[in-house]
Formats: sequence, C-alpha cells, structure tokens
Amino acid sequence: MPTSDEVFNKVRETLVDALGVDDDEVTPEATLVGDLGAESIDFLDIIFRLEKNFNIKIPRGELFPENLATDESLVKDGLVTAEGIEKLRASMPHADVSKFAANPKVENIQELFTVGMIVKFLEKKLSA
Amino acid sequence: MRWIWIDRFVEFASGSHATAIKCVTMAEEHLADHFPGFPVMPHSLIIEGLAQTGGILVGEALKFSTVVVLAKIPKVSFQGYAHPGDTLSYQVRLLDLQPDGGIVEGTARVGDQLVAEIEIVFASLPRSVVPNARQDFVIPSEMLRILNVGSAPAGQAGEAPAV
Repeated sequence: MPTSDEVFNKVRETLVDALGVDDDEVTPEATLVGDLGAESIDFLDIIFRLEKNFNIKIPRGELFPENLATDESLVKDGLVTAEGIEKLRASMPHADVSKFAANPKVENIQELFTVGMIVKFLEKKLSA
Repeated sequence: MRWIWIDRFVEFASGSHATAIKCVTMAEEHLADHFPGFPVMPHSLIIEGLAQTGGILVGEALKFSTVVVLAKIPKVSFQGYAHPGDTLSYQVRLLDLQPDGGIVEGTARVGDQLVAEIEIVFASLPRSVVPNARQDFVIPSEMLRILNVGSAPAGQAGEAPAV
C-alpha cells in the first residue's frame, strides 16, 4: 500500500502528462478546472491515465460524478439544494463537500475537483 | 472535399499497432498556398493522418461498434517537413484501450527522417449519442480498400495482404 506522498507524486505525474502543467502547479489544493485549466474531455484522459498508472479500474462516474449540475431536482435558483448537497456527500465522499456547502453555487461544483480529492479517492481505492 | 488523409495501411496488428502511408503530391490544392514557392504538407493534416490511423486502430479494436472521435492531443511536436513526392509513414501504437476510448502514441516519418511525434486521446461514443454519424463514420465504405492489409492479433505474425 503506497504512502500518501507516493500517491500524490504519481497523481502529480499523471496531471503533468494529461494537462501539460508544471510540477509545481500541482498542489493538493489546486482545482482541476480553475487552477490547472482542465476541460471536460481532460477528465476522461485523467481517468485513463490513473487507471494505467495505478493499475486499477475506476468505474465511470465514481471519481467525477456526471450530470451533477444539470439534475434539476438538485438545483434551485443557481444554488445546489440541501438534498443536492446530501447527494454530493454520498456520491463524493472523497471531496470536501462541507467547504462547498458554505457557498453552494452551481458554478462552484467544479471547485470540488481538486488534486487532493483525487489523492483521497485513490488512497481509499488502493486500501480497499 | 474528400477527408481521407491516409492512402493505405501497410501494417495492422489488431489491438496493438498499425502503420499507414500518405503520399504527398503536388496535385493537392492546398499546397499551392501552403506555401507559395515552398510546398509542404500542413502539420495540421499530418495530425489528421495520424489521428485517422490511430482512430481506426482504436475503432477496430472495439469492433467498430462505437463512434471513435479525436478527443484531445496531449502532446505533439514537429521535427521536419514533408514535401511533394515524399511518402509519409504514420506509425501508431495503442497505449491504452477502454470501452469509452483509448490513447495512442505515434510518429510520422519520411524515410528515416522524423517529422512528427504525437500522443492522441480518442473517445468512443455510443452510436445513440451521435445520431447523425454515418455508419461508416471515419472510413467511407468505398475507401475500405485502404484497410486491405494482413492482420493478426497482437504479438503474432500476420499473413501477407491480399493484393
């Protein structure tokens, strides 16, 4: 079972390859979209590379749940509802949902996707 | 305009690697403008040729059951030019294949001269989400001739192509 640092270093390598960013830009707090410039198609690429680099299978939708922002029952007036936040907590236990809940604007959902979130997800996956 | 930027496969190892060639000719319209007095195959079209070669490698590995589209190019670099009269050789190798896509790496060469190196990510989409895609999305059926090469599973010797 790799240490947290080992997982992080491998995630950093993966993101450097997938996104063409510099090593030092990849910090645990960095957001994939805002800080590292990831676009939607990059998420598919990132998952391919993580699967290969860590030799694991990542079921689609597990690391990056899809259709969060477009599910109308979970969003009202541009804000994610309490029900939606509960759903996020359930589907993304690896993300810092509490931070998001303080300002649950739909456009802030992408801030859940951080480098640290990926590391946490993988640690859990690798220890399973 | 016909959008076929490879002339023929010369090697096709299912699920592993493939090589296609593209003969650059002075008859290609765009070479008149690219560039006047210095006709060279546009690098963008070299990317397209590599993507067609790699896309077919991915599509075939998925039994052509989905629509394979170029998703992104994480890396590409160019080291040279291809001029009229040159034969570009596009070699691609499958790095990863998943039901929803694949990654290939490839090179373009003229003889021994390296012209381009690339990595390409393809997405594989269900036909239902691309309703207007033709059944023969990438390779029109009349061009299937270019696939007329010996094929064999990865790691095994293939038979000579039927001519």
